[in-house]
Amino acid sequence: KAINMMASSSIRDFSSQPQGHNVLRDGIDRTSDSFIRNSTQMESLISQLHSHIHQVTEGGGAAAIKRHKSRNKLLPRERIDCLLDSSSSFLELSQLAGHELYEEPLPSGGIITGIGPVHGRLCMFVANDATVKGGTYYPITVKKHLRAQEIAAQCKLPCIYLVDSGGAFLPKQAEVFPDKENFGRIFYNQAVMSSEGIPQIALVLGSCTAGGAYIPAMADESVMVKGNGTIFLAGPPLVKAATGEEVSSEDLGGADVHCKISGVSDYFAQDELHAFSIGRNIVKNLHMAGNEGTMDGLRGVISDYKEPLYDVKELRLIAPTDLKQSFDIRSIIARIVDGSEFDEFKQLYGTTLVTGFARILGQPVGIIGNNGILFNESALKGSHFIELCCQRNIPLVFLQNITGFMVGSKSEASGIAKAGAKMVMAVSCAKVPKITIVVGGSFGAGNYAMCGRAYSPNFMFFWPNAKIGVMGGAQAAGVMSEIVKSKKQKEGIQWSKEDEEKSKTKYVEAYEKESSAYYSTARLWDDGVIDPADTRKILGLCISASRNRPPQPTRFGVFRM
Amino acid sequence: SAASNLSNNEQSNRKIEKLLIANRGEIACRIMRTAKRLGIQTVAVYSDADRYSLHVKSADEAVRIGPPPARSSYLNASSIIDAAVRTGAQAIHPGYGFLSENADFAQLCENEGFAFVGPPASAIREMGDKSASKRIMGAAGVPLVPGYHGHEQDIDVMKSEAEKIGYPVLIKPTHGGGGKGMRIVQSPKEFVDSFLGAQREAAASFGVNTILLEKYITRPRHIEVQVFGDKQGNVVYLYERDCSVQRRHQKIIEEAPAPDIISDFRSRLGQAAVSAAKAVGYHNAGTVEFIVDTLSGEFYFMEMNTRLQVEHPVTEMIVGQDLVEWQIRVANGESLPLDQAQIPISGHAFEARIYAENVPRGFLPATGVLQHYRPVPVSASVRVETGVEEGDTVSMHYDPMIAKLVVWGENRAAALVKLKDSLSKFQVAGLPTNIEFLSKLANHRAFENGELETHFIDHFKDDLFVTPNDSVSEKAAYDAAKYSAALVAACICEKEHTLLKNSPPGGLPVWYTHPPFRLHHHATRKMELEWENEYRDNNSENLTLSISYLPNGNYLIKMGESSFPALEVTVRHLGDHDFRVEADGISKNVNLASYFKDQTEHIHIWHGSDHHQFKQKVGLDLLDNLETHQHRNLESATHPPGTVTAPMSGLVIKVLVKDGTEVEEGQPMLVMEAMKMEHVLTAPTSGVVSGLQVTPGQQVSDNSVLFKVKAA
Repeated sequence: KAINMMASSSIRDFSSQPQGHNVLRDGIDRTSDSFIRNSTQMESLISQLHSHIHQVTEGGGAAAIKRHKSRNKLLPRERIDCLLDSSSSFLELSQLAGHELYEEPLPSGGIITGIGPVHGRLCMFVANDATVKGGTYYPITVKKHLRAQEIAAQCKLPCIYLVDSGGAFLPKQAEVFPDKENFGRIFYNQAVMSSEGIPQIALVLGSCTAGGAYIPAMADESVMVKGNGTIFLAGPPLVKAATGEEVSSEDLGGADVHCKISGVSDYFAQDELHAFSIGRNIVKNLHMAGNEGTMDGLRGVISDYKEPLYDVKELRLIAPTDLKQSFDIRSIIARIVDGSEFDEFKQLYGTTLVTGFARILGQPVGIIGNNGILFNESALKGSHFIELCCQRNIPLVFLQNITGFMVGSKSEASGIAKAGAKMVMAVSCAKVPKITIVVGGSFGAGNYAMCGRAYSPNFMFFWPNAKIGVMGGAQAAGVMSEIVKSKKQKEGIQWSKEDEEKSKTKYVEAYEKESSAYYSTARLWDDGVIDPADTRKILGLCISASRNRPPQPTRFGVFRM
Repeated sequence: SAASNLSNNEQSNRKIEKLLIANRGEIACRIMRTAKRLGIQTVAVYSDADRYSLHVKSADEAVRIGPPPARSSYLNASSIIDAAVRTGAQAIHPGYGFLSENADFAQLCENEGFAFVGPPASAIREMGDKSASKRIMGAAGVPLVPGYHGHEQDIDVMKSEAEKIGYPVLIKPTHGGGGKGMRIVQSPKEFVDSFLGAQREAAASFGVNTILLEKYITRPRHIEVQVFGDKQGNVVYLYERDCSVQRRHQKIIEEAPAPDIISDFRSRLGQAAVSAAKAVGYHNAGTVEFIVDTLSGEFYFMEMNTRLQVEHPVTEMIVGQDLVEWQIRVANGESLPLDQAQIPISGHAFEARIYAENVPRGFLPATGVLQHYRPVPVSASVRVETGVEEGDTVSMHYDPMIAKLVVWGENRAAALVKLKDSLSKFQVAGLPTNIEFLSKLANHRAFENGELETHFIDHFKDDLFVTPNDSVSEKAAYDAAKYSAALVAACICEKEHTLLKNSPPGGLPVWYTHPPFRLHHHATRKMELEWENEYRDNNSENLTLSISYLPNGNYLIKMGESSFPALEVTVRHLGDHDFRVEADGISKNVNLASYFKDQTEHIHIWHGSDHHQFKQKVGLDLLDNLETHQHRNLESATHPPGTVTAPMSGLVIKVLVKDGTEVEEGQPMLVMEAMKMEHVLTAPTSGVVSGLQVTPGQQVSDNSVLFKVKAA
């Protein structure tokens, strides 16, 4: 139709809206076998995801919740809801941290983290879940706490700690206490963020024992709840053991002691709801603390944006469950960008990488998505596009579905390593916000060039179908059996076909397990497994949070030419 | 005489060009409206309490006449005359109440050269003295209720006269009206107390304490005839009004014409009224009140009100005339615009008086701020006469009437349909009103059937008032409240969404999209609404609602452990207070109003013919000394048993006991006066009086502690 119009008209007005030529077509064939197969498989993946989530939202279980509530305490997500602006959104992070990680379940890693607005100011929330192992810190709890602080530091988000924790989980102290990225780092981060003007606020809603005592003590301002909140370096049993003194926990470190005598805490709250209203007031009074230059970051946002032309729910059907099947990444872009409008850059060159400009919930973004293996040209195109976005302070969205760079003699001879290095250099140095969504595979150096975890994207999420690994299970098994075979040949040992298959299967199974999205998210290699249908909203929130700081100039290193 | 003819001619050449209205509220506004239509400039007078009132804003000019008490302002004749002099008004309209039936004032106006828009002073004087008026009426052949209207006021003489008339007997001050000071005496032993009380109230209200006695008619109807006379001596009647439905001897619903009256009776009544008016040389608007004995069908003259009545609009609606215009034309010396045969009668009209009052507390006058005020839209058949606007205060200084709702229909049934509809849509929040009660009245079968008599409310009190511990009605009321609460919750959320959409905090629209984003679950919020259960004493139910934001933008509302089924509600916010809501397959308009008072948000909802009111605690205040704060809350929340508090703001006029007095349950303890009505406070239990905190002459505020009675 568009072509007909062009043919019949010799004058074309490009200045008037709607232009239409940048609107992505709906490329999916809903009747194809692969689409139908995909959609049924994805359905079961989504219901599996929901059942995992359902379990973790139950926290430490009915009995623990009942006990918790009997003390006039709210659950961590309820507490956050009380602090948030009413009717506002909340982006929870790493819901499935700790998933099947330890012998015992540790729902959400025993700590709830996420971002939401308070009096119109985005904050990072870190809330212990006392119904899970008394809110004690397992190694993954520490990691999740530190990750929340990392995001807060990166996006300059005031931190609100909702403290209700027994401190370090003692049986695992060796993995919790001594190392750089362990418990002590929490307070280090508080100190450093505070020095950078990023407000640190603690609401003491339960115990704050031993090391935990430093969370409110290191905070800029802290609130304690009468009766429930306690802060002490050593609890009554330890005090008795150490000094013989017998004292109740309220007299030792209750709100009265710390608000009236010691000065460890600043605000005395009658109950939790009162504490939340004080907490909200503290945020109201932050004014511009740590927020200088945000207005620059917000410039250029359109509030009256268009929804995509195609149903976002169809993202569930597009997501490839069989990573060998290729699909056009544009069908995903069409469902996450405003009005499905995408101004593609270098459309005809290096076609296995799709690059272009769009908006998500009114916010400008540069999108880089995989449409096959990375070749020389695609890597060069990617580097070029990243440079453009850095120059223009446009956040980058990476849509990963990558098996890796092209291998083979032709490729090596053309300097694929050099091309790949250029893109890795560009990704590493880019100081614009970066958000990575793994929609399919994330393998090998492709993971690097497409802003994997090591490249510090502001946020990184997995679709439930996604896989991550140095290479695929089958490939790894192939490589390993070649190595073993040659070694055995040298030793003159005959390797039976049966044994070889067995060894291969072992590798495949191990890789299969370790490359799953759940394995990744349990270990915090990402910030969460998400329903593909939520991708657009989550990207919108992540970009908004990432823009909560002034733009930073990018300086690239030496590009190997 | 020739002289008076001459002056009439002079007057007829010089018409009123500027009119001062010596009144306030709706009647002042109503008079100004007609004056404006006639091109007459208007002057308002106001007390300090009314500085920003609607009647002041509506006038071309306004003059301050004194401090809030009526005695020093609206009853202050010399200030009013002074205001007329200063503004150059030629005429003074007294409205109703205040100086409208004060013969001296009418005379003063004429003496000072101002046309008094009302009857001649002589007629006011003659009709104002209840005893004199009856003598005149008797002489003119107007039927009278058996009674005693003599000068002799000795209590023993009065008592023996009462015996002659036969109990029950009505005790009435000879001056004044509006039921003030009236007492019904059932038996001789009550006579003395009632007589003295009536004297005291009469003295306080009218400055004259003479009393008359009348036979008390057990099943009476109150029917009154609108008459009009001109200075040429013509008098016509504009048919009758039935004002039988009364509470505290004051009318609340009036209608015209009177139902179930045959035309012969109507013209006999009209002729009697015209005779009454002619007997005192009446001109301008007047009302002749009759009492109709429904048992015998006889009618008797009661009194003549020498003013434009509150309920005059129902007459205007059925005759299609503007009575204020007639008043001005008569005052200008013109003849009546129509003669008796030309006066049409068409259809039926009702007037419902909307008061700020506390119906469950015996219709005690209420005060407060009109936080939300939205009368029904007016049309050719619906009139709203009001003198207040949203944000105005109904003070204790004046009559607590908020508005008069007047409707017209082809016939009584059609008019009643309109009345019910208009009442259900008449929105007032901020103070208690009688709207719901009026609605119940209008919906009562006996009222629908026109079975009117002055004891209507008393006869049907079981239907009209909430019966405690009526579990069937209670459950229905509770269910309706829960449904309304669910709609309230959904509307509040939707309104919040609109506000956030229009101005997202922090310039972050992405974080305030609808529904709010949650990862893998729906955002939910809790709301607690307090509903007052009228079926139980001091019992408020806390409704705990959980509201889930569904992906389609709807709200799923669940209510605690109650049997309330989850309700999915779709809401469209049409603007400000207005919503279109769909729930359970029914879509309807919903109006919501809310205001803050005493750290509580009061929320009102109107939908269909339902109106509910909820309270919601708002946050916590951040006082440093929280302990004392808590203590204070406890104190004000409940009083220990035996504590007696003031039922309204008012003046203590008599304290009948002392600390230490032993009292019986129900014994009168203290007399208060508010709105010129006496209220006797009685002992809640038998015991000993303690903590008496007031003395006569003291002004007390609503709910303040007066004394305690400790069980002996």
